[in-house]
Amino acid sequence: MAFLDFLKRKHPRAPAETQGLDRGILVFEHTSEVIRAETALKAEGWKIRVMGPPPEVQSGCDLVIEIPLIEELSILRTLQASGVKPKEVVPVSSPLLHPVDLFQTKDLGQYLMVRAANMKVTIDKQTLTIVNVSGGGCPDVPYLAHRMVGKPLSDAPSPREIGHTLCGYALQLAYEEARRQCGL
Amino acid sequence: MWAIVGTIPDRDFPLVTGQVSLKDNAISIQGQHIPVSRGTPALLAAAIKAGEFLGQPAPYGFLVGDSGLGVGSRRLCDYLVEHLGESAFRAITFHYVQPDVRWHNRVLSAVEQMAHRPILVADAGSMYVAKMSGRAAVYDLFTPDIGELAFLADEEAPHPLYTRGFILHEENRVPQLIARSYAHNNAARNLLVKGERDYVANQNGIQATIDYPMVEAMEAIGGTGDTLTGIVAALTTAGMEISEAAIIAARANRLAGYYVKPTAATQVREIVSYIAGALKEILAENKKGEAKKVA
Repeated sequence: MAFLDFLKRKHPRAPAETQGLDRGILVFEHTSEVIRAETALKAEGWKIRVMGPPPEVQSGCDLVIEIPLIEELSILRTLQASGVKPKEVVPVSSPLLHPVDLFQTKDLGQYLMVRAANMKVTIDKQTLTIVNVSGGGCPDVPYLAHRMVGKPLSDAPSPREIGHTLCGYALQLAYEEARRQCGL
Repeated sequence: MWAIVGTIPDRDFPLVTGQVSLKDNAISIQGQHIPVSRGTPALLAAAIKAGEFLGQPAPYGFLVGDSGLGVGSRRLCDYLVEHLGESAFRAITFHYVQPDVRWHNRVLSAVEQMAHRPILVADAGSMYVAKMSGRAAVYDLFTPDIGELAFLADEEAPHPLYTRGFILHEENRVPQLIARSYAHNNAARNLLVKGERDYVANQNGIQATIDYPMVEAMEAIGGTGDTLTGIVAALTTAGMEISEAAIIAARANRLAGYYVKPTAATQVREIVSYIAGALKEILAENKKGEAKKVA
């Protein structure tokens, strides 16, 4: 077992910045599956990136995982062990869209509002409780707000765990940034 | 008749259609009761309150449960494709629906089969997919917030999550973002941009800016954009020209929020009950202003 672990540690984890024709994307049915796959692959040390699909694959609320194609089989094995199966694996050569990595923060006195893309989360600075969630347009947003508002930032369910859409993913980014700013 | 299309964040909520009423902070449709909260219920509640004041019949709802997997949205779109062509609505507002270009285009084809073309308003997921489909200009009004306006302005972004950084950096330059949205045909004929300041715009640029009363906490309160869309839907159904309806709605929504004396922790249901009073006040002010002009 130790020997196998040794092999596993030696197994190359390809860097994310692969370029040219050696990249592929894992396409899933739902954003929630992408998030589960991302969690499983990162836990195993794969340096994958969550990206937007190229135009020919876009249908609406899409998110894909960029992988080095040469590692496709190993990555699929990892996913199979985690019970997540991509709909398809597609080679890509064109640039992929990046999720936003800019945040806007507004100080509202007692409250702090953090925005990522179209999603905003507002925190009571004294109690570190989530007091509001606003913005967004995907159907899980009201559900996410219902589950998160009124909960301490440290205990609230994360959108990554209970969301299904790109708006949920954007809310996750705002939530993580809020946690970072609140020292959690 | 006017219609509102949207989702309820409960996957077990059935597909229901019919006139919607509001009682005790809950909307009712076909024996189903949904508490007023952010999303389509908030839009419906505001639309009902504004419609009652304007003497409009209750809006007709097309609702389904969807918690984000898109299953309910797909059923709803299938239903609309089947039934919209034979219907007669003066206005249709499309709201929280899972964005999918194929479904969107099929629904739009059904709308085109209607005997009289309705006024088309899109907000939330329905606005995202309208832009992504390349058919934004078919719509009469979009109601984006500033982040969503940046998305409309980015011709390559299929969702606000992918808005490119150099465009997000321009968020304080609303006129440029509006111009860019129109330059790439990614805006409806009219835009009501909601935020710290609200902007009413069209192909010719900004037509009005509304910044009074200034209630800073409103931006943080989930659902205040939904109530704004509900009010403007009621006003356009009542026959008001779209850009004027957008201005009145923005002022009334702000005033309703002002009366609540909100904090960033206020919930949207508290604002709904002030909408009729705020609308009454704004329309009376407008009337006085017009009378002064005539005099």
